[in-house]
Amino acid sequence: MNDIVASLYIFVLAAFLGFEVIRRVSPLLHTPLMSLTNALDAIAVVGAIILAGEHKSGLAAILGGIAIVASTSNLVGGFIITDRMLKMFKSSKPRKP
Amino acid sequence: MTDAFSTDRIIEYAYLISAALFILSLKWMSSPSTARRGVWAGEAGMLIAVTATLLHHGIVDYSTIAIALVLGAIIGVPLGRVQMTAVPQRTALSHAFGALCVALVGTAEYYLRAPRVPTFMMAVLSMEVILGSLTFTGSLMAAGKLQEILPQRPITYKGQNLVNLSLLAISLAVAVLLVIDPGHTRLFPLIIAIPLVFGVMMIVPIGGADMPTVISLLNAYAGLSAAAMGFVLSSKLLIVAGALDGSSGFILSVIMSKAMNRSFTNVLFGAFGQVQAAAVGAKEARPVRSATAEEAAAILGAASTVVIVPGYGMAVAQAQHKVRELFDALTKRGVDVKFAIHPVAGRMPGHMNVLLAEADIPYDKLLDMDAINTDFPQTDVALVIGANDVTNPAARTDRASPIYGMPILDVDKSKTVMVIKRGMSPGFAGIDNELYYLNKTLMLFGDARAFVGDLVRELAGG
Repeated sequence: MNDIVASLYIFVLAAFLGFEVIRRVSPLLHTPLMSLTNALDAIAVVGAIILAGEHKSGLAAILGGIAIVASTSNLVGGFIITDRMLKMFKSSKPRKP
Repeated sequence: MTDAFSTDRIIEYAYLISAALFILSLKWMSSPSTARRGVWAGEAGMLIAVTATLLHHGIVDYSTIAIALVLGAIIGVPLGRVQMTAVPQRTALSHAFGALCVALVGTAEYYLRAPRVPTFMMAVLSMEVILGSLTFTGSLMAAGKLQEILPQRPITYKGQNLVNLSLLAISLAVAVLLVIDPGHTRLFPLIIAIPLVFGVMMIVPIGGADMPTVISLLNAYAGLSAAAMGFVLSSKLLIVAGALDGSSGFILSVIMSKAMNRSFTNVLFGAFGQVQAAAVGAKEARPVRSATAEEAAAILGAASTVVIVPGYGMAVAQAQHKVRELFDALTKRGVDVKFAIHPVAGRMPGHMNVLLAEADIPYDKLLDMDAINTDFPQTDVALVIGANDVTNPAARTDRASPIYGMPILDVDKSKTVMVIKRGMSPGFAGIDNELYYLNKTLMLFGDARAFVGDLVRELAGG
């Protein structure tokens, strides 16, 4: 029970933190923001790895394996495209040292 | 035992560091000058978390993991290398993959634990599977529409909302039954199947111009389902990442819905595609003033301030590189050129900025609606390329207009307006644009890319 409450606390605090941090993101970067949060969301791979690795049942191993493929493709693709987009954003003013 | 205990501790600390890095990563996204650092922080956090997970003492089968990781990377690399115009459908596809992962893990967890699933866990597990499933098919549909594999036009029928809400209600009712008695293993497939159908039905009535809102909303759903998965696995890292992703999607949905003048509940319940049902009235041919490239180039060259208003039409015509040439030609003549970006320009939030940045236009010349609107009265020429409804002054003045109240770019306040357009057909919402009939407006008829190319040639020659 305590664990549930602790988890709810973490969820609520992280959501508020998310609102505050993301509100400050310039509209310029909304597309890379979405691809970055997508890549971060691929942290679900952690759950899939344990599921596939523990191999508690055949079904769990198969579903876990597919889940790893799905989230890893997000992880890899998400970071690559975010970085590609951000590299393109250049200022016309000389960069501050 | 103590050894296993300490490994678990190390894993927990590693996750804590990852969570902190994820938050820093999003914080650094606030400005283009620190954003790339944000990506590195995210990558570092991910690497730490995945490495730590592999140390987990319960893992006996490393070969499946290795094969799946390699396969995922093989699929992921080309998905990271798509054209910038294809970013919206890529994003939708990645929402689908993320949701698929969550739904599959939820399903496996249920069958591993049933029938002894605690009440709270069964509730979040149901939410995880329902949200994951509907986001999976919904995002696939959105990606299909954006890639134009599926028809872009919204498909509506009588009682659509009733059908959709019933589907959602039935899956929630089944979820409640499962929470009361998790032993109903035969009911479980229903909270996968019905939301899968709901996901399809939810996107059927949605047209291209609504995509920015829909993609943001699917992003929020994907994040929430990941957070629910975190509750099921009691993984605090996953709860944090899901909450961050969810709030990001949520904020973007709110920004997009405001920019399209939709209410909050309208967004939450996915009642999109309502605007275009209105007003395609009888059209009389009203006179407009048109100009050739030569005349337009002369006016542009003589101006001291020019604001370019790009819309999705510019992206469709692949005109962004020609627009860059125009920007260079005008800047060389000492003209101050800026770009006005409406929040819903393009097919996803911020899409237009990425396309213009790809064409090497400096980002400090890209201004969002609130920043640029005060500049229009001092602007000599506003050049509209492939944008329509977001420039329609009827949104400010005409209470009868379906887009009344939608925040627009005040293009009509500039001294001269030029609109590059193929013909006089109305925009996506099917509404005539008052802007085109103003005395100060010059219509430049032609393909956006070809016409901008002509303007560049005229400016170089003259």
